[in-house]
Amino acid sequence: MAELIRGTEVVADDWTWVRLPESQEPVRKSAGKVVLFKLTGEKAASDDVISACDIPAGKVLLPLSVWLRRRDELATRADDGEIGVWLDSHEEPAELAESLGGNLNRLPLIGVNFPKFIDGRGYSIAFILRTRFGYRNELRALGDVLRDQMFFFHRCGFDAYLLRADQKAERCIGALKDFTAPYQTSTDGQPPVFRRRAAPGADA
Amino acid sequence: MYRYDEYDHTLVLERVAQYRDQLQRNLAGELSDDEFRPLRLQNGLYIQRHAPMLRVAIPYGMLSSMQLRKLSDIGRRYDRGYGHFSTRQNMQFNWPKLEDTGDILAELATVEMHAIQTSGNCIRNITTDPFAGVAPDEIVDPRPYCEVLRQWSTFHPEFAFLPRKFKIAVSGTLEDRAVTYAHDVGLQLYRDEKGDVLARVIVGGGMGRTPILGSVIHEALPWQHLPTYLDAVLRVYNRYGRRDNAYKARIKILVKAIGAEAFARQVDEEWQLERDGIATVTQAELDRARAAFTDPEAPVLPETDAGFDAKLASDPAFARWVSRCVRGHKRPGYRAVTLSLKPTGIAPGDISCEQMDALADLADRYGFGELRVSHEQNVVLADVALADLYELWLGARAHGLATPNIGLLTDIICCPGGDFCSLANAKSIPIAQAIQEAFENLDYLYDVGDLELNISGCMNSCGHHHVGHIGILGVDKTGSEWYQVSIGGSQGNRTSLGDVIGPSFAAEEVPGVIKKLVETYVEQRTPEERFIDTVRRLGMAPFKASVYGESTKKAEVTHG
Ligand code: HEM
Ligand code: SF4
Repeated sequence: MAELIRGTEVVADDWTWVRLPESQEPVRKSAGKVVLFKLTGEKAASDDVISACDIPAGKVLLPLSVWLRRRDELATRADDGEIGVWLDSHEEPAELAESLGGNLNRLPLIGVNFPKFIDGRGYSIAFILRTRFGYRNELRALGDVLRDQMFFFHRCGFDAYLLRADQKAERCIGALKDFTAPYQTSTDGQPPVFRRRAAPGADA
Repeated sequence: MYRYDEYDHTLVLERVAQYRDQLQRNLAGELSDDEFRPLRLQNGLYIQRHAPMLRVAIPYGMLSSMQLRKLSDIGRRYDRGYGHFSTRQNMQFNWPKLEDTGDILAELATVEMHAIQTSGNCIRNITTDPFAGVAPDEIVDPRPYCEVLRQWSTFHPEFAFLPRKFKIAVSGTLEDRAVTYAHDVGLQLYRDEKGDVLARVIVGGGMGRTPILGSVIHEALPWQHLPTYLDAVLRVYNRYGRRDNAYKARIKILVKAIGAEAFARQVDEEWQLERDGIATVTQAELDRARAAFTDPEAPVLPETDAGFDAKLASDPAFARWVSRCVRGHKRPGYRAVTLSLKPTGIAPGDISCEQMDALADLADRYGFGELRVSHEQNVVLADVALADLYELWLGARAHGLATPNIGLLTDIICCPGGDFCSLANAKSIPIAQAIQEAFENLDYLYDVGDLELNISGCMNSCGHHHVGHIGILGVDKTGSEWYQVSIGGSQGNRTSLGDVIGPSFAAEEVPGVIKKLVETYVEQRTPEERFIDTVRRLGMAPFKASVYGESTKKAEVTHG
């Protein structure tokens, strides 16, 4: 069973993570806003798959594509705080922000999927959600969430981690503290080491 | 030299603990080989043809005699009595045991060394000019900036799993000696009229199978902004660089695909998010880093030294060594000395543990205990008094470290190739040795003069063959080893990529081909010309004709 860590505690997961079946259609993704060209041929869900997607009752964590296409029917549930949205590693945080009138904090939960742990795009997505879009609620790492990346997840702004089924929660919590004083800043608000070195009382 | 404070020490020790735990879990079967792989790579550990290879970082090439002695100690206890200096200012051990790697890292930590991010798809060891701080043509000493960036890049949480590896080089001289145009990011430091330090930011260069020279995306970035601006460059790359094909995953492919201007605009937009924020470097930090790279407490010396002049006149072998291995220094009475790791018969860059100890002693005696490693795979003593040169030479010669061939054809840059590397198409070290043997006559070698020859065993281009005046590349033709030869490549301010001269050769033909290329140069050169200048002036044709015979020449004439 995949365990959920929130902060530094193992907690029961009251959200249902909704995923679409694997699709075969490659997306032509833009390299930012500038030029369109095919970069990685990520797969996208078709309209049929999106409308056929079963959305259970209770708190649900939905794929971005389902949220974007079906948000009218979900409006009341969203207002009740029952809707979270997750991004895949190739998806754009800006699209989600746009769908919420720029206010991501209307969502109680955003997830970011790591299809493989070596796919590091999710770290930048987390950074962007926390900084550019000022998102403050739960940010959850999904997918290939492993002990050896916990420290990086946390620094980039994640505060919840849905572990891969084979991971031991207590070891993962320990790994959040692999390093005591990282050199550089990130969304975790730690000043870079050089600002601490300069602080009064610090070692020269 | 930069010394660790408590923060640096703690971080490195925590890394050793983290790595030991990962290794333990791998050996216990808890962490699969596939999942351990990216983790061990970020700790410099490859599993290659014969054994694991451990790549130790030598940040921006600076090494103390104490550290070198530790490397020698490790080479003796955990390897086969030698090490190898790579073209990216690292040291590689070719024969450690996997189970020992945790202990080796702990040993390294005792002398403020590590193997962090020396491999893997992350920001690698930052390289610079081996003559930093002493070069007469230096505008800005790049080392404090390298140190600031070392800290910024070490365990950067956002960029540990990039599409591909990411290499940064920094230079601060008129003549670029750090190959800044052939790196993922090249930074050229210079000063504005007020004396403030600015960086020209070059992005998207690289070798490999698609050699590309980088493009300038910022002409004048004030130094304070280096970390935040590079965050922006890396964020754009991390999100949009290709991940579907390892050969198209370097930043150069992204920059080429969207165009340097568009890339620059996107970076600029991203940069606004962090610009002037908390990661902006303070003057206090720069001063702290600068204080680590002050000139040694060296006596002020006169311009000349009579004893040195006398030896120069009386000992031709010494004079020869001085002419190739000793170069100017910003302070009077001092010289920078390059000790060659390219004697005939030894793999370029290899150094035995005895030599390491001897070098450490020489550095203590004549070089203020400091050494630098060059990307040409030699070792530099940067501050030697004129009066000490003769004794240094005698000492170096006694340990095979005074081959007077710096910058000559036999000062070959060469990757480990098929003898060690599992990716190789062909061997490269035996080719280097065969060429060195074919050019044993020193008088001829000196007459030929400056010539850079680079050899890579496959398209990954570890030997930088694209920028060699003569480049040799191992290619695979139906299972046997062949070599493609190119000419006209160059590093430095006029960086250029070489052109292939024609069909490839069998291993035993290669020395003969190089001889013909060199003979053609000797026949055709004007008195002032180096090999590369003659190639630039005459183009490919006469060289091609000399190698492939008259038939090619005629064919070319008829084709116009
Ligand atoms: C023996 C095991 C080695 C293996 C398996 C290996 C593997 C590779 C690979 C796969 C690449 C290409 C990456 C790319 O272009 O995306 C590469 C590039 C490179 N390697 Fe190695 N390498 C080895 C040893 C060395 C050594 C000993 C040196 C230094 C002498 C070296 C220096 C380099 C350099 C400078 C590049 C960069 C070329 C560029 O900028 O594209 N490598 N290596
Ligand atoms: S160039 Fe090829 S053969 Fe040589 S070390 Fe690099 S990967 Fe190996």
